[in-house]
Amino acid sequence: MSGLGFKVKVYMMKIITINKEDWAKGLERLCDSFRLFGPVKQDEFHNFRQLVKGELPDLNLLNTRLSAKSMVYPQSEKMFEFTLDENRDDHHILKEIHKDYSPKAVIGIRPCDARAFLLVKENFDTPEYKDPYWIKSYEATTWVGYACNTPCSTCFGTTAGCGPFHEQGLDLLLVDAGDYYLLKILTQKGENFLTAAGWSSKADSDAARHEIETLKRAAEEKITARISTDKLKDKKTTELFEAPFWEEVAFACINCGTCTYVCPTCWCFDIQDETIGLSGIRMRNWDSCMYPIFTLHGSGHNPRNTKMQRVRQRFMHKLKYYVDKYGDGIQCVGCGRCIRHCPVNIDIRKVCDLMNNFEA
Amino acid sequence: MQNPYLPYPVRIEEIITETEDKNLKTFKFVFLNPDDQEKFNYNAGQFAELSVAGKGEIPIGIASSPTEKGFLRFTINKVGLVTSYIHAMKVGDIMGIRGPLGNWYPWEVMKGKNVVIIGGGFAFTTLRSSIIYMLDPDNRPKFKDIHVIYGARTPGMLLYRDELAQWEKRDDINMHITVDGTDDPDWKYNIGFVPTITDQKAPPGNEETYAIICGPPIMIKFTQPVLDKLGYVHDNIIMSLEMRMKCGIGICGRCNIGKEYVCKDGPVFTLTQLNNMPKEY
Repeated sequence: MSGLGFKVKVYMMKIITINKEDWAKGLERLCDSFRLFGPVKQDEFHNFRQLVKGELPDLNLLNTRLSAKSMVYPQSEKMFEFTLDENRDDHHILKEIHKDYSPKAVIGIRPCDARAFLLVKENFDTPEYKDPYWIKSYEATTWVGYACNTPCSTCFGTTAGCGPFHEQGLDLLLVDAGDYYLLKILTQKGENFLTAAGWSSKADSDAARHEIETLKRAAEEKITARISTDKLKDKKTTELFEAPFWEEVAFACINCGTCTYVCPTCWCFDIQDETIGLSGIRMRNWDSCMYPIFTLHGSGHNPRNTKMQRVRQRFMHKLKYYVDKYGDGIQCVGCGRCIRHCPVNIDIRKVCDLMNNFEA
Repeated sequence: MQNPYLPYPVRIEEIITETEDKNLKTFKFVFLNPDDQEKFNYNAGQFAELSVAGKGEIPIGIASSPTEKGFLRFTINKVGLVTSYIHAMKVGDIMGIRGPLGNWYPWEVMKGKNVVIIGGGFAFTTLRSSIIYMLDPDNRPKFKDIHVIYGARTPGMLLYRDELAQWEKRDDINMHITVDGTDDPDWKYNIGFVPTITDQKAPPGNEETYAIICGPPIMIKFTQPVLDKLGYVHDNIIMSLEMRMKCGIGICGRCNIGKEYVCKDGPVFTLTQLNNMPKEY
């Protein structure tokens, strides 16, 4: 039996019950050893941010507007600092910036966003190169998932390698059982989190497991949208690339970039320098394959000059290039955000079917 | 954890204006920390990110050869924000270099083979690195015949003119220098576009002969049919590609052709590989 399998087996046994009054007390205790983050409602939408002491994550939500990716990979992130002051010995030399990688816990992340980190990890943590910012931030984090009793209307997670109670990428799974929470401990990190929180009322594990199973099945049944991805791997890249449907798929696209912005598995970034007076920083910012400048050469040549080429890139990357590069399925967890927020109703589920069923 | 985004600090040691339009300059850099030079272990065909604090980074092919010790050379075309700034920098100025990055020409595979280098315009930089590498006394016996077909618009637009003249005099390398046109009555080399000269001068293709091509897209487009006609095998046609890049290490996402990142899986691909990739470059 593999090490991972063994671990899962041990921790699957442990489920605790938390009264909703004890929930707040535990979070308060956690503040001593963790920086806590969770969904908070700002204006009309929920998004993740750091919680101040005594503040509770707002778990009355379907899902956050933006994915949880900023918890590891902020939209703008400082990489280095430097001085341009030639009177200083270290002028024009880039220096590392001190960052806070002390333990933090993200509470209320949905299973789709948690699994998305595992897909994105393939990109930032490679055998050849390690992205230190992403890896240190990810490793410093304890992931407290929040099972979806009521999945979003556009969710297709169950056929995208995920699901409303999916546990991959989580350290704990919190389940709302009505009057109380059930908390399933999945990893050693999860165990440490539990100890720090001080919740101790162990549930009758058989009954709790049965209760979670019932809620899980009910949630999964609510997800009716499905995709098929079984044939993507065997398609020839060059044939899919030349498929006739791309013009039609891209026709209405306005290249606004919303899909890439809300997506938990979109990871592209730009690197820019900024200076104020004689001091400066090098930073990275989320970028998007929807923008023409993303690939514009200095010479003026642009390999993805048209919106069709850019739309094709996004779907080919998620549903074909990623599949071929890592052998770990599609680069999508089925959260449905891009479908909900696309201003012209481009639907990745339809595009996936077009690709999966395409015969050259 | 080593930070792959952190450049090594370097000092500009020498600046040479290469071309008559003054748009191409060669910069010689030395590392501020000798240890960094040890770590910067590269092969001919690789590139690096040149970093200027406050301006940004640009990916540039390494023009020096791994057999030249103690410094790095890059020939930089003045195009955008960073390259224009570098063109205005002075000897002694401090900047950064990150690398070496990408793959390189397949030197192990080409051992014992004929090598034909085909270059046009300012894309001759990693080819210069390759020639110096092959002509090194330790390396020259590893290769059979070496041909170089190199063209520019005018004689004054050729890079590394002193070295070209020296190579012309040697008997262990066959030089075929060409210009699109010239009114210089003393011009003693070829006149004509690179594909035409390739047709006239390149040795016939076979399993024992490799072509390394680097140049503007139009040159590559018209040279490829010539190589086909001469019988070159697609596995033996080696090309180096360019793309807009940022990270240089296959992470930031912009320089892909299909599932390959030009910065990390390339920039060097065989024509066989390119034929199986989307035509998006």
